[in-house]
Amino acid sequence: MKILTLNNVHKIYNESEVQVHAVNSVSLGFDKGEFAAIVGPSGSGKTTLLNMIGGLDQPTEGEIIVNSTNIGDLKPSKLIDFRMYNIGFVFQAYNLIPVLTARENVEFIMHLQGWPKQRREARSRELLEAVGLGDRMDSRPSKMSGGQQQRVAVARALASKPRFVLADEPTANLDSQATENLLDIMERLNREEEVTFIFSTHDNRVVKKAHRVITIEDGQVETDELQKDR
Amino acid sequence: MKEYIKLAWRNIWRNKRRTLITAASVFFAIFFALIMRALQLGSYSNMIDNAVTLYSGHLQIHDQGYWDNKSINRTLVMSDELIKTLRSEEEVKQVVPRLESFALGSSGPQTKGVLVMGIDPEKQDEMSGLSQKLVEGRYFSEGEQAAIVGQTLAGYLRMTAGDTLVLLGQGYHGATAAGKYTIRGIVKIPKPDLDNKMVYLPLQTAQQMYMAPNRLTTISVNLHEHDALQSTVRSLREKLPDDQYEVKTWKQIMPELVQQIRSDNASGWILLAILYLIIAFGVFGTVMMMISERKREFGVMIAVGMHKSKLALIVTLEMVFIGILGLLAGVAGSMPVILHYHYNPIRLSGEVAQSIETFGIEPIMPMAWQADFYGNQTLIVGVIVVVAVLYPIYSITRIRAVRAMRG
Repeated sequence: MKILTLNNVHKIYNESEVQVHAVNSVSLGFDKGEFAAIVGPSGSGKTTLLNMIGGLDQPTEGEIIVNSTNIGDLKPSKLIDFRMYNIGFVFQAYNLIPVLTARENVEFIMHLQGWPKQRREARSRELLEAVGLGDRMDSRPSKMSGGQQQRVAVARALASKPRFVLADEPTANLDSQATENLLDIMERLNREEEVTFIFSTHDNRVVKKAHRVITIEDGQVETDELQKDR
Repeated sequence: MKEYIKLAWRNIWRNKRRTLITAASVFFAIFFALIMRALQLGSYSNMIDNAVTLYSGHLQIHDQGYWDNKSINRTLVMSDELIKTLRSEEEVKQVVPRLESFALGSSGPQTKGVLVMGIDPEKQDEMSGLSQKLVEGRYFSEGEQAAIVGQTLAGYLRMTAGDTLVLLGQGYHGATAAGKYTIRGIVKIPKPDLDNKMVYLPLQTAQQMYMAPNRLTTISVNLHEHDALQSTVRSLREKLPDDQYEVKTWKQIMPELVQQIRSDNASGWILLAILYLIIAFGVFGTVMMMISERKREFGVMIAVGMHKSKLALIVTLEMVFIGILGLLAGVAGSMPVILHYHYNPIRLSGEVAQSIETFGIEPIMPMAWQADFYGNQTLIVGVIVVVAVLYPIYSITRIRAVRAMRG
């Protein structure tokens, strides 16, 4: 049983009377617990594909099914709830809420979901310790390095135990040491939490760590290869 | 909700300078609005105190129909029962009887139409401080065959204290009203039209002259509080038979004063509206800037599962906090100023003072100390803040997460 299926997905942008086929007839399936990378050059359609999987953008044609729900059928407010309960996001620019501490950022989605305080605190502590930031829980993003902020973002993405995490170029702003640390942490959490990770990247270090690598070019899947057994 | 309040509070301090500038615009607008309003309301109160309390009284009781046809024949009997009914009202402070009519006044070769007012010397003095306005001679007492006249009238008739004034007019039911009275004193009445025609007689002396013993044209009533006017009038109208008596408020008696206050009040509201617009645009600009600056952040929040309505709530709370900051500062800043000038009114001098005095009004500008206009301003500014954030809030509902995150 696939937790995520893409059937013949297209995305066409109309820009100044010119049609741009950003994603062209993509069909993919993802199992629970996968650690997959979508790679390709800039403008190949990686981010567009990830946005559609995350319900942030709608396909022009085709369907995206998450656990038997076609997310294209969801109304906007239901789609927001769907994202909140099913998908964790890690962004290239970390995008933490600047006025909240690391712990409060991790608790943010749990709070939106109405988790009780004690459970929120326990989960945020567990995750921040897991990403090696147990001693920085009360620090605000501005007092943290880029690598630390991205680790908080990973903890935030996993906070509410989503079905999968979408990470758009998560290492693009990190140095090699921070990248190495982050990938180790994500791989461990992928194993321990049994959460599917899907990255868009053109970073070879990420590609090397991925268990499955999907190559996209001009909006089409060129290759889809398993690198390692889970 | 607690979380959203926390988030909103922290957000406003992300850009301290902008928050303080916006709060300062609310502060100045509130400060000036309160000071201006306090001055206006204080001036009205002063006008009412002077014109109403000293001349007409808060309300007057007449014989039914007297106000529309001021005739000596439409007088009422000063009965103990009537006075007792008036005094039974809790808010009634003074009950001052009068008999008013017109006559020809003559001294030597000069003659002039005059307004004769029969007054209870003691009660009238208590009400209007008439004896304080003497510029010549002395005050009179009940039963004396004596008169006190306005200074301009005395000048016209070429009279001084001790001279004799002859009055001739029409008395009750066509009787001849005539009398000869010694000028006991000359008063300066601040209202020029009255100063040029006023002749005061002791009440009983006037009743004798007009052949109207124990009859009155007017009973002036002063209240402890201006605000008690409507309730007292209502109560008196219920108690007094309306086919016999009419109860008129000072607003009915002096419509020109009401009009003057109304027009001044309207101009005051225009100025206030300008101040409110300043607040509205300040808040509007700040919210628009704030939303534009944080679009990316809002996009992320929507992406991770925050509903736009909750985002809108946070932004509204931020503006409410800024509004409250400015409001509290404005109220706190204006309070000592208003209190000071409430107890120590600004005293006008020169031509301005003279022109105000001609209306019989003391040339001072006190500030009103009223809790209700603080409440009103708070409410108005609260509504302005909410209205000013409506469009920005609408723009939040239009944010698309993908576009917003792209910046």
